[in-house]
Amino acid sequence: MGMIESLEILSPGPLTTVQDLGRYRFGRYGVPPSGALDSFSLRVANLLVGNPETEAGLEITLMGLKVRVLTDVVVALCGGDLQPHLNEKPFDMWCSQIVRKGDTLFLKAPRTGCRAYLAVGGGISLVPVLASKSTNLASRFGGYEGRALRKGDLLFSGAPDQHLQRAGKMFKPEGRPSYTGDWALRVLPGPQDQDFPAESIKLFLDSSYTVSSQSDRTGLRLTGPALHRKKDLGDSIISEGIVPGAIQVPGDAQPIILLVETVTGGYRKIATVISADLPLLGQVKPGERVRFLEVLMPEAMIALQESENHINMLK
Amino acid sequence: MFYDPPAFRIMGDRAFLVELGDQISPSINEKVRELFLKLDRRPLEGVVELVPSYRSLMVVYDPLRTGLDRLREEILDLHQATDPSLVPEPKTLAVPVVYGSEFGPDLEWVADFHKISQEQVIRLHSGTTYRVYMIGFTPGYPYLGELPQDLATPRRETPRTAVPQGSVAIAQRQTGIYPAQSPGGWHILGWTPIKLFDANQWPPTPLEMGDLVKFFPIQKEEIICWA
Repeated sequence: MGMIESLEILSPGPLTTVQDLGRYRFGRYGVPPSGALDSFSLRVANLLVGNPETEAGLEITLMGLKVRVLTDVVVALCGGDLQPHLNEKPFDMWCSQIVRKGDTLFLKAPRTGCRAYLAVGGGISLVPVLASKSTNLASRFGGYEGRALRKGDLLFSGAPDQHLQRAGKMFKPEGRPSYTGDWALRVLPGPQDQDFPAESIKLFLDSSYTVSSQSDRTGLRLTGPALHRKKDLGDSIISEGIVPGAIQVPGDAQPIILLVETVTGGYRKIATVISADLPLLGQVKPGERVRFLEVLMPEAMIALQESENHINMLK
Repeated sequence: MFYDPPAFRIMGDRAFLVELGDQISPSINEKVRELFLKLDRRPLEGVVELVPSYRSLMVVYDPLRTGLDRLREEILDLHQATDPSLVPEPKTLAVPVVYGSEFGPDLEWVADFHKISQEQVIRLHSGTTYRVYMIGFTPGYPYLGELPQDLATPRRETPRTAVPQGSVAIAQRQTGIYPAQSPGGWHILGWTPIKLFDANQWPPTPLEMGDLVKFFPIQKEEIICWA
């Protein structure tokens, strides 16, 4: 199986990285999962081009990515609508298409959402580090030399010609999430909701919070009504494991939705976003507003099964 | 205080914490280690990640393959079962440290703060065997305790923006080693040439939760022996 040069980065935009579905089993060494923030879109993009859903793709943030196609290859772009163009013409998302040697793909600016995911038929050929191709930017390992992509970087794919027949597949519109910019995220209370008085819990569920520009792949920082803990409790707790989607409340009482670059923490978590809504966290932009809806475990499971059913249609 | 039975704290629909006690103590941490090792050596269907910490074990699972009620039952069974073969003795790692001067820019300040000599600080710091309570914060960062009471020191008033890789530092009753350059508010006593995290090596860190660490002073001319 030949490895072939498939894409050249002409401009990376503010942040483009190689990500797969993340790095697990190394949390015991303090290694966070990393991986695609919107794993739903990456999985769909991979399945559209005939890759395993666990294959790596490019996570493109906001705008400005420009790539040159170096060989005929099938690609799919899913996630936020960053106004993709192929050779200056609008390029369809959520479907697999052949792009030809010499073509240029360019993502102009976000219309909806925050991140788009590009899958290439034949994948991104990179050696996994700790069993994943995801880029850990803070510790500089995995992905493409442990860093964000730069102008001039070349990406290789395995036997892309064998995926060309996958072109023309579409992910049906009813399965595509809507990125409204006014986000209602479903949560389960805990693990430390009991450390907050009833007023704080009510405030948390009744208010909307603005996403700060200080947000990144580590967390979405929110500003809004302060969520005070019960009196006589200290600022921090004994450090413990955390998962993406946990909503931490540090000393300043402003919540942070933790994302994929952290695996331990020492602050209380008032609630945790359910699995079905986790991929949406990758599409929330600074300046937008989020609200929280409390659900019960059975509702969370039904929501997850629904989104999995959409993905299973592609298998 | 031990929790018996352990407390399960739900973290969304794919993770929970099994809390085994309410404080930082070697015996509670050892209970966490036992449960972690049992679950690691006898993997349960659907469990995708285990993160042990001071007093709890985080279990992350695939909710499409298993569920909270089933896992709770399986984990309580495992918790009660005694099978010493699954819980090996922790190892002890001897860590060479060049104390003071440019390697430990806060040694003098710490000595002055406690009104003792720099040699006494070194003797206190290297005269204790520390337990790795957990690894976290950044990959390979060991939380080590406990520092002798006579060396307990508040954090720096102004954190450094860049603490060099290999720095050995203290704060309150803890000491730690920075596996990579990062910001930090602890007082730096010295530097070790031992590499604490390398994603391309197996295992990526020489330490595991529950291991023991003993520091010993070396001169800067000896660094080459560990390079």
